[in-house]
Amino acid sequence: MIHNYLFLSIILFCLGIVGVISRRNVFTVFMSIELMLNAANLAFVAFSRIHQSMDGHVLAMMVMAVAAAEAALALAVVILLHKHKSKLDTNVFSLLKG
Amino acid sequence: MGQSVNYLGLIPLFPLLGAVLIGLLHVFFSTKVKFSEKFYGILACVGPVLSFILTLKVFIALKALPPASRYLSHKAFTWFSVGDLHIDMGFLADPLSCLMLLFVTLIGTLIHVYSIGYMGGDKNYGKFFAYMNLFLGSMLVLVLGDSPVVMFVGWEGVGLCSYLLISFYSEDTSNVLAGNKAFIVNRIGDLGFVLGMAFLFWGIGASGFDFLSLKANVGNLTPAVALAVCLLLFVGATGKSAQIPLYVWLPDAMAGPTPVSALIHAATMVTAGVYMVARFSFIYSTVELAGNIVAWAGILTALLAAIFGMFQDDIKKVLAYSTVSQLGYMFAGVGVAAYSAGIFHVFTHAFFKALLFLGAGSVIYALHHQQNIWKMGGLKAKMPKTYLTMMIGAFALAGCPPFSGFFSKDEILYSALATGHYGIWMVGVLVAGMTAYYTFRMIFVVFHGTPRDQEAFDHAHESPSVMTVPLIILAVGALFAGFLNLPAIFGGGQMVTHWLAPSLSEHHPHASLFLEILAIGASVAAFAIGIKIAYSKFGQGAPEPEFKGFAEFAYHKFYVDELYHAIIVQPYKAIGSIIWKTLEPNVTDSPVKAASKLYMAIGTAFKIFQVGYVRIYAIYMILGLSLMSLFLSQSLN
Repeated sequence: MIHNYLFLSIILFCLGIVGVISRRNVFTVFMSIELMLNAANLAFVAFSRIHQSMDGHVLAMMVMAVAAAEAALALAVVILLHKHKSKLDTNVFSLLKG
Repeated sequence: MGQSVNYLGLIPLFPLLGAVLIGLLHVFFSTKVKFSEKFYGILACVGPVLSFILTLKVFIALKALPPASRYLSHKAFTWFSVGDLHIDMGFLADPLSCLMLLFVTLIGTLIHVYSIGYMGGDKNYGKFFAYMNLFLGSMLVLVLGDSPVVMFVGWEGVGLCSYLLISFYSEDTSNVLAGNKAFIVNRIGDLGFVLGMAFLFWGIGASGFDFLSLKANVGNLTPAVALAVCLLLFVGATGKSAQIPLYVWLPDAMAGPTPVSALIHAATMVTAGVYMVARFSFIYSTVELAGNIVAWAGILTALLAAIFGMFQDDIKKVLAYSTVSQLGYMFAGVGVAAYSAGIFHVFTHAFFKALLFLGAGSVIYALHHQQNIWKMGGLKAKMPKTYLTMMIGAFALAGCPPFSGFFSKDEILYSALATGHYGIWMVGVLVAGMTAYYTFRMIFVVFHGTPRDQEAFDHAHESPSVMTVPLIILAVGALFAGFLNLPAIFGGGQMVTHWLAPSLSEHHPHASLFLEILAIGASVAAFAIGIKIAYSKFGQGAPEPEFKGFAEFAYHKFYVDELYHAIIVQPYKAIGSIIWKTLEPNVTDSPVKAASKLYMAIGTAFKIFQVGYVRIYAIYMILGLSLMSLFLSQSLN
């Protein structure tokens, strides 16, 4: 019964990966990353339930806090990127091309 | 046994701290805040004066000890310790180093005071005093070092400072070249010193590498190694003390400001070689051959430099060659195992040579940096104090009794005679006559006769008292220093010889009244003949002579500089250019260049992965993480 939560977590994580790889809009990529984080959170909570301990809950809380901080930073980066090129297409930002 | 006293380390520390302080002030503030020259001058004199006061304290402390255990030591810290080699940053004051300290700090202080006047108006006033303090501090490290290694630190320090000060007026390329020459020639000598130290360590260094342990273990040294050590150390001494074959840098060192010349010639630097040989007297006294080589090299240098000195027209060059010549006497002294006589000549020479240089500086200052003696003349009337003091210095240098130079020079010549070195004695007497000749040639041409350059003469004036007072103090020293070691024949007690005895491995030859009278008579006769010839030729004022034949050859210093240039410098340059033009691009450069090409190729190959799209980098990350997870899950099973 509880394994279904893990399956859901895997599905959500894969959706996130596909989103990061396939989408070009910065916001969509960002949301996909959040999806992956929450998939991991779900897995933590599920394992916590299986093992009857609070460790997973603690980690889930911490991931949420980190995600919130990261969101603040990422949105600031997005604003700067937009200021720079007036676009939010990730393919536009390819300065690291060898 | 000897005592440990912690103020010993302070003696070199004061001038070194002064150098750092003045240097920092000069570097950081000279462009923003203009400190007055007086401020720098007083700051510069504080260090040497404090060192001198502490030296007096050391002297009193040493005097209170019984002669057999007369030494003070201080270990500041362990410098390094590798295998058998333990080197402490330690200082040792025994009668020998104490005597050196006394005149180095006294004369150093006087020269600093004099420089306040001489360097007035120079735009690098602060820099000059920083270097001067550093110079003095290095010399004090050299004198006080308790092991050859610490001595070498000071040895290199004075080499560096001489370079900095000789090329002090660096706007002129020839001055910079003179500084380079001094540094490079000294470097050659330093190699000898380092190799000598290495041999010494190889021989007896394992049971302690400070002077006291070395002295205790010198019996374990095999004769061959002892000879090698002596000769290699002497190579170092020829570099620092300007002996054949490495004397060529000292006359060129006249490019520096005159107080620097005085400091180099009198108190610091050139006396280091003689001091070092005396310091290692426990080895030199065991190897007679090395002593003979040292003595002959010294006396031949004395002869050669005296010949050059007779034909120079630059007042400072005359004095420079006289220094080389007097250093030759000192080496002749230490070479015939009369170490105390050699050191005593160092001591008296410091007074009269500092006096002569500062007097020459006073003349040069009065004539607005005119150094050619054939542009001077008749200055006796204009500069009475300088004239009188320089006259005393000249009498001392020429070896006229009872001036200080007479007693010390006579002691050396007598020792040569008494130990059976008749050749050295005869050359020495000849050089004494030549010394009297060229010294008084200079004095007569500069101060007597009629002015040769009327306009310069009219503007000439006596120097300010900040310059003449040091001259007078030094003149007193040049007059009376000789009485400190009055030989028994004049009813003296040879105080310096007895004072130095615990530090030196010296055997006094059996005194012979006949030989003593012979030595004194010959010296006085040589002096009288020399001064008579000088007076008859230049006493009434003489025109500038034409140099022809031998005189021209000697004026050009036997073309030794040109010879060295042709047989040493040019081949080195040729080898260098061969290496630079053929060996380097074809042989040594190719592996280096191949390596850089290899990395370029690898970089180009890996470049294709750097696509620049963040999504692709995400794929790499996921791939990497997946592989890692796979590997972990495999290894966990």
